[in-house]
Amino acid sequence: MERMPAWADALLVPLISLAVAFAISSGVILAIGENPWEALKIMVTGALGSSYGWGYTLYYATNFIFTGLAVAVAFHASLFNIGGEGQATLGGLGVALACLFVPWPHWSLALIGAAAMGAAFGAAWAAVPAWLQARRGSHIVITTIMFNFIAASLLNYVLVNVLRPTGSMDPATARFPGATSLPGIGDMLTAVGIPFAKTTPANVTLFIALGACFLVWALIWRTRLGYEIRAFGKSEKAAVYAGISPVRITMLAMLISGALAGLMAINNVMGEAERLVLNSVEGAGFIGIAVALMGRSHPFGVLLAALLFGFLYQGGAELALWTSIPRELITVIQALVILFTGALDNMVRQPVEALFLRARKGAK
Amino acid sequence: MAERQAQGRPEAAALPPAIELRGISKAFGPVQANGDISVRVARGTIHGIVGENGAGKSTLMSILYGFYRADAGEILIGGRPTPIPDSQSAIRAGIGMVFQHFKLVPNFTVLENVVLGAEEGALLRPSLARARRELTRLAEDYELDVDPDALVEDLSVGHQQRVEILKALYRQADILILDEPTGVLTPAEADHLFRILKGLKAQGKTIVLITHKLREIMEITDEVSVMRRGEMVATVRTEATSPEALAELMVGRKVLLRVDKAPAAPGRTVLEIEDLRVRDGHGVERLKGVSLTLRAGEILGIAGVAGNGQSELLELLGGIAQGTGRVRLNGTELDLSGRGCNGRARRAAGIAHVPEDRQHLGMILDFAAWENVAFGYQDAPEYRAGRFFMDNDALRAECEGKMARFDVRPPLPALAGKNFSGGNQQKLIVAREIERNPDLLLIGQPTRGVDIGAIEFIHKQIVALRDAGKAILLVSVELDEIMSLSDRIAVMFDGRIMGLRDPARTDERELGLMMAGMDGTRGAA
Ligand SMILES: Nc1ncnc2c1ncn2[C@@H]1O[C@H](COP(=O)(O)OP(=O)(O)OP(=O)(O)O)[C@@H](O)[C@H]1O
Ligand SMILES: [Mg+2]
Repeated sequence: MERMPAWADALLVPLISLAVAFAISSGVILAIGENPWEALKIMVTGALGSSYGWGYTLYYATNFIFTGLAVAVAFHASLFNIGGEGQATLGGLGVALACLFVPWPHWSLALIGAAAMGAAFGAAWAAVPAWLQARRGSHIVITTIMFNFIAASLLNYVLVNVLRPTGSMDPATARFPGATSLPGIGDMLTAVGIPFAKTTPANVTLFIALGACFLVWALIWRTRLGYEIRAFGKSEKAAVYAGISPVRITMLAMLISGALAGLMAINNVMGEAERLVLNSVEGAGFIGIAVALMGRSHPFGVLLAALLFGFLYQGGAELALWTSIPRELITVIQALVILFTGALDNMVRQPVEALFLRARKGAK
Repeated sequence: MAERQAQGRPEAAALPPAIELRGISKAFGPVQANGDISVRVARGTIHGIVGENGAGKSTLMSILYGFYRADAGEILIGGRPTPIPDSQSAIRAGIGMVFQHFKLVPNFTVLENVVLGAEEGALLRPSLARARRELTRLAEDYELDVDPDALVEDLSVGHQQRVEILKALYRQADILILDEPTGVLTPAEADHLFRILKGLKAQGKTIVLITHKLREIMEITDEVSVMRRGEMVATVRTEATSPEALAELMVGRKVLLRVDKAPAAPGRTVLEIEDLRVRDGHGVERLKGVSLTLRAGEILGIAGVAGNGQSELLELLGGIAQGTGRVRLNGTELDLSGRGCNGRARRAAGIAHVPEDRQHLGMILDFAAWENVAFGYQDAPEYRAGRFFMDNDALRAECEGKMARFDVRPPLPALAGKNFSGGNQQKLIVAREIERNPDLLLIGQPTRGVDIGAIEFIHKQIVALRDAGKAILLVSVELDEIMSLSDRIAVMFDGRIMGLRDPARTDERELGLMMAGMDGTRGAA
């Protein structure tokens, strides 16, 4: 079939999906007797109206960039990695070990070491499902989901029985040493003369996330490995003809995917909490799926979608704070956005496409 | 535009034509696929459409079937202007289409496939029962017999095609469009198809047949339209024309309809195959001990009805499938079942492979042409920039060069593989493989779905490679092609080599017998 222009496909369709999701959310808010317009205003001012709000929005967005990229890379190999949650959990463990047991002289070295550990742990957690898929044909969707549960239990065990400081009641590690504390965005911007709230969790990891977007873009569209990943993702049979090993590509794509998910931990564990707690990932692994879907598996699309979800998270938190709209409803709004931008994508796409073709015909 | 519109059968002359297209135009971005096309197809006739690859035949029929919308022009069905914005409208207007790539659900039965999308009411049962009665009737009327309860995936290609035809007839099609229906059929299946088409015509149905085989046009059509580069250059009565004249109209120059080659000068042995065996996924032995040798400067043609092990032979040699036995290339043993059995290792050893299934093996349809140029050779140093990166600029330049040398149309490296017509896809793949200058070229169905101008060109390239002292293993279900290209012919039947023949000392009859599993007796080479 014919297609609409690329810009409409990449921007217009998600924006309309978003509008529909917001429209339905408004209906729900109206139904519980609140004013949707006020609610939107609170979300926007809360998330984007102050440097404090921005700090949180960017912090969440950083998480979602990593998990979104993780899903996107696997998507290109036609692998559906649902295990971002577990891989990020293990990444957190790696980061915690690096921060707790290595006497880092400076945060920059600590960042490199922790990033390497986080990525390695995330990749290792993805390696088992990848191997099972590549060698045994066990479906990666099932195994990565199972590995999410195993990761949660494993962390539980490690925190309660191994890493918990003696005498603490809290299933969490000790606070990381001060030398591993990452500079916040606020500190960095204020240092160059731009006023920015200092108490927000957004930190230097944001720049690593932006760098990761660029690197993933280069990997997918500029390298030989990216070429092989995309070829394999389009047709395994053809890839075999071309001498591309399905086992190798499945493993590599999943290792990179897991490493990206694991990298998220330098943001939430090292940058924000500065210790490892239970359930530190807080669903970011799953949001990554929506982010990758909405971003069309393109790193820059992932970046934009991550910002949107960062906004929804922070705006939603503000909403819960200032209105009687219950927290659960905010989850509903987020779910609607996921539903319309991800799952129901075609519902919006087809009418838009038809409209375009008609308009184009009319113009001739 | 020279349009000579002939009349159909005398009694049909008074009636409005079944199909009339007026001034149809269609562009895909920069490509003018159809430009101001007008044609009439008389009711109750078989109308052929011929033209080079990319001439716009499929596009025109896709417009008629509502798959694409024309930029300009008008469609009249039975004399009445009929806008066809989508396939439903086409079906309502009584048009059915059999695509070259079937659109069946493999794990549904024949009956379910026929009913799919034409169910009546909420319950399936009445529709199925009605369809069953209807299928029995159609089977009797038109030799269209298929087992209604068989799963489509278990059917041969020929039978699957019948299901497509049945689907159209079940939806009360009066007009049936077939796009290259014989490309995938064995000669016997093609004959059967033509009997079906003649039966349909006798019942007053109108048939439009796209094909590259002029023999088929001469045999079965009443009228034939010739397209060239998006335009309709002529419509003539079939009786009043000849294959040579049609070929010239299509290509715009005289075309050699046979291969022009000097006798082979075979050199050293390049390939030695001993006792090759391959089992498929169900454990059934598909190659049952094949032994062959192939020398430099020689074309060995493998004749056989599709499905007798030729594909397995190519895939094993190409490193796609695994098997047992011994294969030596230039004296070096090839790995047939271990880690060294893959396409990468085979290419490194000097084997190039033009696969039979160009769309699913030979290229990535979603990749741009320039990306497909590297397909299989993504490791080649000249396509790389440093250890990790691809040299995309070099690839684009290489693609432009190949497009110019092999006359690929349109010459747009950025166009996705799927947007090239079948013949041009094939030219891209042949260019990619032949220009690697391999010691051994494996080439399967080199000219399936390829127009006569391009056939001539591809055949020339194969012969040139042979004359450069390379060994060529040719697999084709087209006996003509095997007979005219090969220096030696091996006939395969049921996973075995039935015998070797010298093309100069055998004929189609003998080869046909051997292909059916009977021992040929004369002219062993
Ligand atoms: N979706 C598309 N986008 C861009 N170009 C297209 C598209 N479909 C077809 N084309 C181009 O339009 C031209 C006509 O293609 P078409 O498939 O109609 O040719 P054809 O006559 O059927 O050729 P063949 O004999 O090889 O099947 C070709 O140049 C082709 O590359
Ligand atoms: Mg075609």
